[in-house]
Amino acid sequence: MNSWLVPLIILVILLLLGAWSTWLERRLLSLWQDRLGPNRVGPFGLFQVIADMIKIYTKEDWIPPFADKFLFVIAPMIVMIMTLLGFAIIPFSPNIQIAQFDHALLFLLAISSLSVYSIMLAGFSSNSKYALLGAMRTAAQMLSYEVFMGLALMGVVILSDDFSLSAIVQAQSDVWFIVYQPLGFVLFLIAGTAEIHRAPFDLPEAETEIVAGFHTEYSSMKFGMFFIGEYLGVILISSLITTLYFGGWQGPFLPPIVWFILKTGFFILFFILLRAAIPRPRYDQLMIFSWYILLPLSLANLLFTGAIKLAILG
Amino acid sequence: MIDNLFLISAAVILISALLTITAHNVVHALLYLVVTMLAVSMVFFLLGASFAAALQIIVYAGAIMVLFIFVTMMLHQGEKSLAQERHLFHFSTSIGAFILTLILFCELIFILFFMPLDIDNALTHTYHSEFISVKQIGKQLYGPYSLLVVISAMMLLSALITAIHISKSAHILPKTTKNQEAKL
Repeated sequence: MNSWLVPLIILVILLLLGAWSTWLERRLLSLWQDRLGPNRVGPFGLFQVIADMIKIYTKEDWIPPFADKFLFVIAPMIVMIMTLLGFAIIPFSPNIQIAQFDHALLFLLAISSLSVYSIMLAGFSSNSKYALLGAMRTAAQMLSYEVFMGLALMGVVILSDDFSLSAIVQAQSDVWFIVYQPLGFVLFLIAGTAEIHRAPFDLPEAETEIVAGFHTEYSSMKFGMFFIGEYLGVILISSLITTLYFGGWQGPFLPPIVWFILKTGFFILFFILLRAAIPRPRYDQLMIFSWYILLPLSLANLLFTGAIKLAILG
Repeated sequence: MIDNLFLISAAVILISALLTITAHNVVHALLYLVVTMLAVSMVFFLLGASFAAALQIIVYAGAIMVLFIFVTMMLHQGEKSLAQERHLFHFSTSIGAFILTLILFCELIFILFFMPLDIDNALTHTYHSEFISVKQIGKQLYGPYSLLVVISAMMLLSALITAIHISKSAHILPKTTKNQEAKL
């Protein structure tokens, strides 16, 4: 296959998945809330996404006169670019991986730390109070959760002796890392949810407190990009959890790519259930939880993993 | 190929550093500084130090610059602070620095073209240095340089304690909790 064909196919599939997971989320949320959800357009309401797309494209693409125009336009692009770049290092199956390099996990941390800019720039360039408040919350939240996201990942690195994701998947051929790293998995799950600011950590866009947070001033496709970017983030974190803790594409009988899709799909459903089940914490509770509880826990996890590894090696 | 990539990222570093100094809007200036950091990390990557490149992005572009922008975002007052900046920044204030830089630049030109240094050879040697793994860095840091690691850890710890102390003493003054403030 051509070297540019595989990335192109993955890109198209991801964008479609990102769009259709909005439908999935709305249907599942309504199922859990005893409603029907969007079921009018097409079979099971599957074409609702297309209808939404038409609506969002015909809306006025409004740039407020008081906004910082250039930053206002590039902010939604950054979140899309950074999330899509993250998929470049994911091994979807033994021979489907866009980029293979040795420091893939560090690349991932760099990507996730750069995606903060999208929201900060959106909040700053909108030049409005609610957007600024949302952006400030996001910056503080993502910075503090990023710290122990990296520390939780180091447990996996210690176990597999490698930063590259395909080597990490290979190292799990006998036992999945969830068995050795249950605490690390929980920490990464929480940090990942906070990084993509999904409910219950969606304080940056808490509607009841600060209108819509950083994207208050956005409309049309620019808002659509933030929206799809969030769902792409959910898919990225789900596929990372699969790769790092649940053996990636490995599994019996079925072809590798099917295993990967099954495991990732499970975690996408889990994230949607999380939104339906857990209420949003208060902002100061969120920060205290991260620095007082999760950071010491992740440090202890790192030390413990390192000590055991040393003890076994002798 | 690698020469061209290096030249491009070096040019990006120079231009964005210049724009960092000259931009009137503080947030724009900081964003140019972020671009400088990214380009510096690209240069590290070309030199074979991909660990340093990743850390450059994670620590500088991803954490420190975010905090800088965080603070300036809160202090920024739109058109008012822009006018203030314009008022502060004149070309005449930068003449001293400009002259000094010009002297350095002349020196650089002199070294490049008139000194019998084997610069071409030195450059090609550094480009194609082998890939440095994290394991090697760790062995160096916790082997011959372990004392430096300990000293820098102590410095960071003392900075941390100082920061906590300063914020604590400022915090004690108003003896109201968050809930009480909300009631007031």
